[in-house]
Amino acid sequence: MMVEIKSNAASVEFRGVTKIYGKSKVPAVNDISLLIETGKLVTLLGPSGCGKTTTLRMIAGLEFATQGKILIGDRDVTRLPATERDVSMVFQSYALFPHMTVRENVEYGLKFSGFTRKETTDKARAGLELVGLVDYGDRLPSQLSGGQQQRVAVARALVLEPQVLLFDEPLSNLDAKLRRHVREEIREIQQKLGLTVVYVTHDQEEALAVSDRIVVMNNAIIAQEGTPRELYDQPANAFVADFIGEANIFDCEVESVDNGRAKVRLGPLRLDLPAGSHKTGPAKIAARPRRILVRDAQSAGTMPGRLLKVTYVGSHLEFMIDTELGPVFAVSPEVDTPFAAGQAVGVALPERGPVLISA
Amino acid sequence: MAVGLAGYVLLPWYGLRDNFLTFGWLLDGYPFDNAPALFLVLQGQKPWLAPIGLLLAFPLLLWRREKSDPVFAGLLIATGAMGLGYFLLQGFGIGLRGWNWQWLAGLFGELEDRQFGMGWGTLLVGGAFLFLLTTGLAARGAVGGDEFVVGSIGFVITVVGLFIFMPIMQMMGSALVTQEGEYSVGTFLSKLFSQRLWGLGCVTGGPRCGVAWNSLLLAIVVGVLTTVLGLVFALVVTRTGFRYGKLLRALTVLPIITPPFVIGLAIILLFGLSGIVTQGAAAVLGIQPTRWVYGFPGLLIAQTLAFTPIAFLVMIGVVEGVSPSMEEAAQTLRANRWQTFVTVSLPLMRPGLANAFLLGFIESMADFGNPLVLGGNFDVLSTEIFFAIVGARYDQAQAAILGLVLLCFTLGAFYAQRVWLGSKSYTTVSGKGDAGVHPHLPNNFRNFVYAIAGAWTLFTLLIYVTIFYGSFVKLWGVDFSLTLDHYLKAFSVGWTEFGFHWRGSAWSSFWTTMKIALISAPLTAAIGLLTAYLLVRQNFAGKDGFEFGTMLSFAIPGTVIGVSYVIAFNVPPIELTGTGIILVLSFIFRNMPVGVRAGVASMSQIDRSLDESSLTLGASSFQTFRRVVLPLLKPAIIAALVYSFVRAMTAISAVIFLVSAQYDLSTSYIVGRVENNEYGIAIAYSAVLIGVMLAVIGLMQLAVGSRNIGRRTQDDPQATGWRSNVSLPDSGRAAPAMTGGG
Repeated sequence: MMVEIKSNAASVEFRGVTKIYGKSKVPAVNDISLLIETGKLVTLLGPSGCGKTTTLRMIAGLEFATQGKILIGDRDVTRLPATERDVSMVFQSYALFPHMTVRENVEYGLKFSGFTRKETTDKARAGLELVGLVDYGDRLPSQLSGGQQQRVAVARALVLEPQVLLFDEPLSNLDAKLRRHVREEIREIQQKLGLTVVYVTHDQEEALAVSDRIVVMNNAIIAQEGTPRELYDQPANAFVADFIGEANIFDCEVESVDNGRAKVRLGPLRLDLPAGSHKTGPAKIAARPRRILVRDAQSAGTMPGRLLKVTYVGSHLEFMIDTELGPVFAVSPEVDTPFAAGQAVGVALPERGPVLISA
Repeated sequence: MAVGLAGYVLLPWYGLRDNFLTFGWLLDGYPFDNAPALFLVLQGQKPWLAPIGLLLAFPLLLWRREKSDPVFAGLLIATGAMGLGYFLLQGFGIGLRGWNWQWLAGLFGELEDRQFGMGWGTLLVGGAFLFLLTTGLAARGAVGGDEFVVGSIGFVITVVGLFIFMPIMQMMGSALVTQEGEYSVGTFLSKLFSQRLWGLGCVTGGPRCGVAWNSLLLAIVVGVLTTVLGLVFALVVTRTGFRYGKLLRALTVLPIITPPFVIGLAIILLFGLSGIVTQGAAAVLGIQPTRWVYGFPGLLIAQTLAFTPIAFLVMIGVVEGVSPSMEEAAQTLRANRWQTFVTVSLPLMRPGLANAFLLGFIESMADFGNPLVLGGNFDVLSTEIFFAIVGARYDQAQAAILGLVLLCFTLGAFYAQRVWLGSKSYTTVSGKGDAGVHPHLPNNFRNFVYAIAGAWTLFTLLIYVTIFYGSFVKLWGVDFSLTLDHYLKAFSVGWTEFGFHWRGSAWSSFWTTMKIALISAPLTAAIGLLTAYLLVRQNFAGKDGFEFGTMLSFAIPGTVIGVSYVIAFNVPPIELTGTGIILVLSFIFRNMPVGVRAGVASMSQIDRSLDESSLTLGASSFQTFRRVVLPLLKPAIIAALVYSFVRAMTAISAVIFLVSAQYDLSTSYIVGRVENNEYGIAIAYSAVLIGVMLAVIGLMQLAVGSRNIGRRTQDDPQATGWRSNVSLPDSGRAAPAMTGGG
C-alpha cells in the first residue's frame, strides 16, 4: 500500500455553548461546556430531542452556536462554516451522492483539498481498502447493501484525515446483527488510526460498547459525563440511572455520613453505601434489577414482598415484586428455582450495587 | 469589485439603443461619443457620476485584510449600501427633462442635461455595489457567512424587485395620471368604477355587461370546467386500469405546445360562420348559420380545451400522490369504493383541486389570443387593455386601471385559495415505502369518466386535424382545394445573388422568436432553480416574504406584466421599450415561477444531508450546488427549460405590448394575420410552430441527458435492502404544471 490514511486528530472543546433555533425561546443546547480529548471516541447519548444532534452539528459547522465558544485543536472555530472546518461527518442516511460511483463519492472531498490527481486516486483506494470495499469502486451507491453503503460513507469521511470525525446515529438504518458488526469495525478503525470521534446515538448498549467516554444529555444539558463503567455503576441522577440500563429508583433517607460511608434507611432495610457527595437527609437510591436479590420470605435482612409476575425469558427469570416501596423489578439467573406469581418472598439489596443519587 | 471598476472605466455608461447586444460601439466613436463614466467625469460632462468612482475605489483599502476583521465587513456594507443608494438616486433623480425633483434643482442648480438609458457600464457598476454589499453582510456572518448564498439572495431580490415589483408599482402610479399628465384621484375613481367596467346591463336586460364581470364569469366557469376535466383525466389514467395512459398523456401535451389562440382559430374553422360544422348543419338540417360561437360560448370552448391539460398535469400529481394505504385503510374500515373515493381520496386531493382551479382562473383571465380571435362583442379585460394602449385611444392610465382590476381578481383568487386550504396538512406520502395499490373507481363512475374523457379526446383530435388540414386549404369555407400556397408565402426560401435568402414573410418573426425563446429559456431555468435552492435549502431572515414574493409573481397575468413593462421601461433609467431585451426580460420574469416550482418540487425530494455531507467534505456551497444539487436536478432542469421555451414561443398576452417592428414575434405576427383575415397563413404558421417545438423539446431532452443513479427495478434479484437518498419523480412526465400562453 503506497498511501496510508493517517490521523490528524485534535481535541474539541465547548465553552458555555448555547444554541437557540430561530425565534424559539427554549434552547436546544443550554450552556454546555465539554472537553473531548484527542484520539478518544466520545459518545453523545440521550433521548430524542435532548440536543445531542445539535451539539454534533455545531462541531461540524452545520449549525452555529448562539452563545459560547467552540474550539477544535486550539483554534476557535465558532463562526467558521462547515466548508472551512477540518471535520468530516458520517450521516444517519449516509448521504452518499446517488449520481456518483463509490469511488467518486470517496474522492469527492479530496478534490477540494488540493491533492493531485494521483494522490486523490491513491488515497481513495487506501480508504476503500480500509473498509474492505476496494472492488466496489465502480458501483453506484444504490447497488450496495446498507452495510456496504455505511462503510463507503465512513471511507469518504476518513480519507480527508480530519481532525475530528463525526457520526450521527450511523447504525440506525442497519439490522440488529449487522449493527454489532459495524460498530466493532468503527471502533477498530478509530483505535488503529487514533482518531478523535464524536458519536451520536440514542442506543445505550451501543454507547456502552464503543465509547471511551459517554456524555449523557437530557433536556439540552449534560446529565452526566464519564466512562461507560462509571455511568453504569455510579449514575449521578435518576435520569442517567434509568436511561443507561434499567434501574429501580427508591426514595431513601441518609441518616448519617461518616468517613465517606453513608448509613441509609430504605424502608425496613438499613444499608451502608459509599456516600459520594451526599449529606444527611432525603435522597434516592438506584438499584439495577440484577443487583436485587430475591430470597425466601422472612429471611434475615430482607423486606417482605409478593411476586406479582414471573417471566421466564430463557437465560434468566424476570420478577415484578410488590413491596412497601412500590413495585420492584428484579432479574435472577437461577432459572431452576421454582417461583410462582402470588408467592411471598424477601427482597434484599447487597452492599455493592445500589448507589445513592441526588434526589 | 474589479468588475465594477472595469464597468466604470471601460464600458459606456449609457445604453445605446438597438445595439446593446453587439460590440459595434467599440468602433463607433469610443471612448468619446460612447464614453465610460470615467471619461464623462474627466471631461466634466456628468459630474454627478464622480462619487460613484470614489465609492468603487473604497474597497481597495481592504487589501490584505482578514475576512473576519470587523472593519472588512463594515466597510463593505457601507460602500455597497451607499453605492447602491447613490446609484439609484442618480438614476431616478435625473429624468428626461433634467432634475426629477425640485429640491435637487435647488441644491445643484438647473440642469442642462438629460438622463439616458443605462448601458453595460451601469449594469456592471450596479452589480458590483450589490455584491460588495452582500459580501460585507456575509463577512458579518449573515446566513452562516456564506458569500455565495448571500450574494444569490441579494441578486434574486434585486432582480425580482426591479423587474416585477417596480413595474407593477409604476403601473399603479400611472393609473392616477390623467391624459394631460396631471395626478387626479377623481379621474382615477371615475375610470375605475365606470359603467363599461362594472355595468350590469345584461342582468337588467341591457345589451351588455361590464368588462370586469365578463372576465370574472368566464374565468370562474373555465376554472371549474378545466379542474373537473383535469380530475377526470387523472382518474382515467391512474384509477381505471386504462391501458393507453401514455397515449393520453402525449395527447394532453399537444395543447400545451399550441399557441392558445390556435384553438380559437380552429373553433372558428369548425363553428364559425363559414365553418364546416355550421355549413354542414345548414345544409343538412337547414339551421341558419349564425355567429353564436363568437363570444362567451366560443371562448368557453376554446379556453377549456386549451387549459384542461394544465389542470390534468396538476391533478395527476395529486391523484397519484394520495397514499394508497390511506385508501386501503378506508376500505378495511368497511367503506365501499365510492365511499372511499368521496370521503378519503377526494378530500386529500383538495390542494390539487385548488391549484388547478387557480391556474385555470389565472390563465383564462390573462388569455389574450382567444378573446381577440373569438371574442366578438364579448369584451374581456385583457383585450380591453390592449385596445386602451394600442391604437388611437392611447390611454396609459386606462390600461393601468384595467390592469389593476385584473391583478386584483387574480390576487383575490390566489388569496382565496390560501384561505380555503388553510393550514391543514394534506401530505400523505411519507418517506416510508408504500406498497399499496390505488383502488379502482366504481364501475358506473368509471364509465361516466370514460365517456367524458373520450368525448374530449375526440374533440381535441378534431381540432388538430382541422388545424393541419386547414393549413393546406385554399380558402376555408369557400374553396376546399388543397394547396401549399400558405406555406410558400410564409416560409419560402430562395437563392439570390447574395446567397441564401429567407423570402417568406414569416421568417423574420420566426427567427426572432426562436432567438429570444432560446436566450430566455436557460436564463429562466437558471434564476428559477437558484431561487428554488435558496427557498428550500437556506434559512434566512425574511424568507417567508421572499417566498411569498416569488410565488405572487405567478398570480400576475401576462397582460399586466406587459402593460407594466411598457409603462416602466419606456423612460430612463432603464430604457428598454422596443428592444429584444425587454422581451427576454418579460419572458424570464413571467416564467420564473415555473422554474421555481419545478426546482422546489424536485429539490425537496433530495435529502438535505447530501448537501450537508458535501459541505463537511470541504466543498463550498457553490461547489455543492454545482456538483451535487444540479446533477440531481436534471429532470427539473429539463422541465424548466422546456416550459420556459414553450411559453416563450407561445406567449402572447405580455409580448403583444412589447413587440416592435424590429422584434416581432411569431405569436403577434399570427394574431396580426388573423386580424387581417389571412387565416391560411396564420394556421400554416401555427402548424410549423407546433412542429418546431416538438423538435426542440426532443433536442433539449437529449442535451441535458438523464440522471444516472442506478435505481433498481422491481424484478432485480437483489432488490431487498437498498436505499437511496433521492426519491425520483417520474422523469418521463413533464413535472410541474404551469403552462399555456395566455
